[in-house]
Amino acid sequence: MTPPMVSPPAPVLSPRRQMLRRALRHRGLIFSSIVLGLIVLIAVFAPLLAPYDPYKQSLIARMKPPVYLGGTWKYPLGTDALGRDMLSRLIYGARVSLMIGLVSAGLSAVIGTVMGISAGYFGGRVDRFVQYLINVRLAMPVILVALATVSLLGGSMFIIMIVMGLLLWDRFAVVLRSATMQVRAMEYIEAAEMLGARQSRILWKEILPNVSSHLIVIFTLEMAHAIILEAGLSFLGLGVQPPTPSWGLMISEGKEMLLFDSWLIMIPGIALFLLVFSINMFGDGIRDVTAPEGRN
Amino acid sequence: MAALVALTVSIISFALIYMAGDPAVALAGENATPDVVAQIRAQYGYDRPLPVQYLDWLAHALRGDFGTSPYFRLPVSELIADRLEVTMILGVLGISFALLVGVPMGVLAAMRPNSLIDRAALFIAVVGQAIPSFWFGLILIVLFAVNLGWLPASGADSWKGFVLPTIVLGYYATPAIMRLTRAGMIEVLGSDYIRTARAKGVKPRKILFKHALRNAVIPVVSLAAVQMGFMLGGSIVTESVFALHGAGYLAWQSISRNDLPTMQALILIFSLFYIFFTFLADVLNAWLDPRLRK
Repeated sequence: MTPPMVSPPAPVLSPRRQMLRRALRHRGLIFSSIVLGLIVLIAVFAPLLAPYDPYKQSLIARMKPPVYLGGTWKYPLGTDALGRDMLSRLIYGARVSLMIGLVSAGLSAVIGTVMGISAGYFGGRVDRFVQYLINVRLAMPVILVALATVSLLGGSMFIIMIVMGLLLWDRFAVVLRSATMQVRAMEYIEAAEMLGARQSRILWKEILPNVSSHLIVIFTLEMAHAIILEAGLSFLGLGVQPPTPSWGLMISEGKEMLLFDSWLIMIPGIALFLLVFSINMFGDGIRDVTAPEGRN
Repeated sequence: MAALVALTVSIISFALIYMAGDPAVALAGENATPDVVAQIRAQYGYDRPLPVQYLDWLAHALRGDFGTSPYFRLPVSELIADRLEVTMILGVLGISFALLVGVPMGVLAAMRPNSLIDRAALFIAVVGQAIPSFWFGLILIVLFAVNLGWLPASGADSWKGFVLPTIVLGYYATPAIMRLTRAGMIEVLGSDYIRTARAKGVKPRKILFKHALRNAVIPVVSLAAVQMGFMLGGSIVTESVFALHGAGYLAWQSISRNDLPTMQALILIFSLFYIFFTFLADVLNAWLDPRLRK
């Protein structure tokens, strides 16, 4: 009897290598990583990159048009109604948007993750209570509550980040709750429980790593959400206060000149769009790479 | 559940104005003398214990009495009733716009998954979600009101004043409706009864509209109801950009003028609308889907 023919096994890549491979082939992920990387670098090195002080006003250099509308290279993106250099304000504005996005989404992530994982893992009363909190949160319009609280407490960046962080946790809680429920039904959780692992160990070492890909995707969504919301609050005059160079505030200030000089709102608007667009694209890419079976 | 949520929301709307400390000081303004503050405190009843104030406020609110607006010097309920019409019209127009654009786009995308149309629709959705609505509104104003002069930049004197706000309010809900329609259509078109209908020789058009769309659109209807609830929040930004004097604009006015009674009332009313629309979504879902009917 001859032994059955055994073909040599195909090289199996570890899940991590497979993920990396998918990431390097994902055009959207690569494009958005480059754009985001650039914006982060601009924000970090703002003092070195900005040609002028973003707060410095100049009476003689007001409303200079950008280069592409016949301006000079002295002010590549022109100046605003107070004679401040638009390019410098734009560069410093990246700091405001990124900071607000990261801190607000970070705070929401902590709140929503704790809620979602405990609801999904413990179920029962805990789950009902968390669902009740989610429903209350969803019933209150974010922008209205954010506007009201910021106006009552004062519009400093710190307060805006805290208020938004306390408002944007709902999606974290909803998604992590159902993700945790799925993971909880897995055999390795049962095995860990049988082995007598402590609850905190199961939550930290077994559940959290297995829902983390969802966490990252929601984080990008909520970061984009927070950035748009801050811009909206500042636009309505109840967000970051002048003279801080926030992109939303720049659009609001440019609104007065809308009829004649629409580039004043175009420039910060495009910056805002580019940042939010690449954050969303990055999140989509991460989702595709970490959960290829869930595409479409 | 809905009742409990509504009750909690009422407590939050009530408690919100205490966040910054004394509401009487906030109402009186920065330069008020202690006498004026004390007078306001007594006038609005802020000197009573909190639970008493809350129950009194709620009891009046249930009868439609939200007190008097210190800024407009009018009863709050009258003020809101006046402004709600514009917001309701805008909401209905906005959701209609989203459905009229989102559903056909979703159907087209689902007919040929991964085709050029499908990819283009998804790309538009991703781009649309990244455009801040207030900025989008300003660009539309520059384009259609300033440069082309076709439509007014603000106000609601004629139907023309509603065109741009409808687009700004509606486009935000469009991607979600499109994606859900697309997913539903792809699922239904792959099902057995569609194959049977095709095998029987039913005309493709009839299959698409009578068999597939009818089933795929059920979840879209309830999504639309939920989106309608979200749109009330969106109306604040949209109405401010276009200076439409609706409830959203009133909310912004009351917040920037420290008009606490109006602010409280609007937060409560907007939240109750949202609760109503999500409830409506559940009812619609059960009514449209015979499998959920018992």
